[in-house]
Amino acid sequence: MEVRVQNIRKEFSRFPALEDVSLNIGSGELIALLGPSGSGKTTLLRLVAGLESPTEGTIFFGDQDASKKSVQERNIGFVFQHYALFRHMTVLDNVSFGLKVRPASRRPPAAEIRRRALDLLDLVQLSGLEKRYPAQLSGGQRQRVALARAMAVEPNVLLLDEPFGALDAQVRKELRKWLREIHDRTGHTTIFVTHDQEEALELADRVVVMSKGAIEQVGTPDEIYDHPVSPFVYGFIGQSNCLNVTLASGEIWFEDRPIGLRAANEPDGAATLYFRPHDVELIDGCGGCLAGLVTASRRVAGTRHLELDLGRGHPAIEIELPPERAASADHTRIAFRPTRWKLFRKAERPQAPSQSVDTQAHELVRVGA
Amino acid sequence: MAFRSSSRRRWQFRQPSVIPGFGLALGVTLTWLILIVLIPISGLIWRSSGLGWSQFIQLTLDPRTVNALTISFGTAFIAAVVNLVFGVVLAWVLVRYRFPGKRVIDAMVDLPFALPTAVAGIALTTLYAPNGWIGSLLEPLGIKVAFTPAGIVVALVFVGLPFVVRTVQPIMEEIDKEVEEAAATLGANRFQTISRVLLPGLLPAGLTGFALAFARGVGEYGSVIFIAGNLPYVSEIAPLLIIIRLEEFNYAAATAIASVMLLLSFIMLLVINMIQAWSRGRYGNVA
Repeated sequence: MEVRVQNIRKEFSRFPALEDVSLNIGSGELIALLGPSGSGKTTLLRLVAGLESPTEGTIFFGDQDASKKSVQERNIGFVFQHYALFRHMTVLDNVSFGLKVRPASRRPPAAEIRRRALDLLDLVQLSGLEKRYPAQLSGGQRQRVALARAMAVEPNVLLLDEPFGALDAQVRKELRKWLREIHDRTGHTTIFVTHDQEEALELADRVVVMSKGAIEQVGTPDEIYDHPVSPFVYGFIGQSNCLNVTLASGEIWFEDRPIGLRAANEPDGAATLYFRPHDVELIDGCGGCLAGLVTASRRVAGTRHLELDLGRGHPAIEIELPPERAASADHTRIAFRPTRWKLFRKAERPQAPSQSVDTQAHELVRVGA
Repeated sequence: MAFRSSSRRRWQFRQPSVIPGFGLALGVTLTWLILIVLIPISGLIWRSSGLGWSQFIQLTLDPRTVNALTISFGTAFIAAVVNLVFGVVLAWVLVRYRFPGKRVIDAMVDLPFALPTAVAGIALTTLYAPNGWIGSLLEPLGIKVAFTPAGIVVALVFVGLPFVVRTVQPIMEEIDKEVEEAAATLGANRFQTISRVLLPGLLPAGLTGFALAFARGVGEYGSVIFIAGNLPYVSEIAPLLIIIRLEEFNYAAATAIASVMLLLSFIMLLVINMIQAWSRGRYGNVA
């Protein structure tokens, strides 16, 4: 079912948690709400669920205004980070709970409830464990019971609040893949909250990046990673470097020299240059480049990470190179140039060095030759 | 040798453990239990075993004794049930709501622990006597509380109150709000959430409180004798009958009644303990 969030605002005793958030979610989509803690992602999820009520704004399920309905009437499935299973009930009773509490007119017969619960347990690969109690299951198994329980009511939308947050890394990866499979098979409209960008980018059809109670960017994992629209998204998703530069007649200058990057049609003035560590090329004979002293060098899996000191109190820059190219670079000066980069103009008022949301964004990506 | 027998699971008296002092702790525990509990009780059993079966049966089946035992266990049971219901409600209010005077009420729950039971008995008698504040209101309705078994129940409810509240309260505080939210998202209304999700989770703690209140009620003496009226066959409790027999120097009868009380209490507490162990095993001890 489609979910539309329109101009939602939420305050907790005068403290604004969400400000004017709008979001359209298509039927059958798998959406990730991604952001640091305190960004309002869980609040948004709980508002959709009906566990909180908005201060202003409306939420539509299809054509129906859901914001006036209670949690019970919304028919959603909610999965909590810490499972929230009913520990005095068997796995089977947990899964069938949602059907058993329905009023008699809408409740399927007992045999049908049992059959559906067993089918779901089969789907989440827990067949044979239906007589166990939650205390007798591992964390990953408990979360799968919680998911089966949420899906048993045939929810309009499935909501997951950091579903894998309490699990260890190995189980988390496994469940991630498995959740994607389940989603592809059942086609529930699904929204999940996470602070793990890897999880969001790997799992979701679209990612909603949130910060400070507002949506920064909505897009596919590719769009989010390759075309971040704000310094926040650039900094939050993946690794990135930022440098304070100046623009003069279409040429980008770092300190007192041009670095060989052109930004035509840009007015002169100060700006911030963003680029990813792996989007760089080494240059022999610097006729317009960035240059720095290698201060640290680490081998990480298939690449070598170099930390560069560009001098004069600039923050250290990190670049990633194939190991063979970087082998000779230890403790020497190397010259490089970003191949993919982006420029964000500062707002009119001079800002503190930390990137703030109102920095004006300019789409100026150029892929190096 | 020890390695040989490792295939058969041999019961080991001492498990290897990093926690020190097992021997000392067990020694102290056993010595203490023997001094305080086991020696007095075995004295009682030894004494009553000197009676011989036929005399013992005759003494325990004496109508006055049977009546006293029935009243003791019956009123203690009713009082424990009342305490279970209202103790859970009271704990719920103390855990879930914030209101002025909450701390005072919380502290008042423990008063029956501290108050001399005789004082409680006299106070309750004064209130519930036909000319007392509450008794005079109930009198026109034809309800008599003081000097009837109902009065015994009132006294036992009073002394047993803290047990249920204090055992259920910490468990209730641990209830995860998410569990209630989960029930709500699955479509359960408030009543279903309470009856199907919250109360079953409190069952083990509630049973513990019930058992404690019940045990206390069976043995209660001080507060009951003031309000009961102590009419033989009507409102005479077993502990009082024991005292009466002792004052008559009828030690045989006193020990016989005591032995039966001991046996009955032990059986009931054992059953309740087994129910608890069973439910603990199912739900797991951790939250």
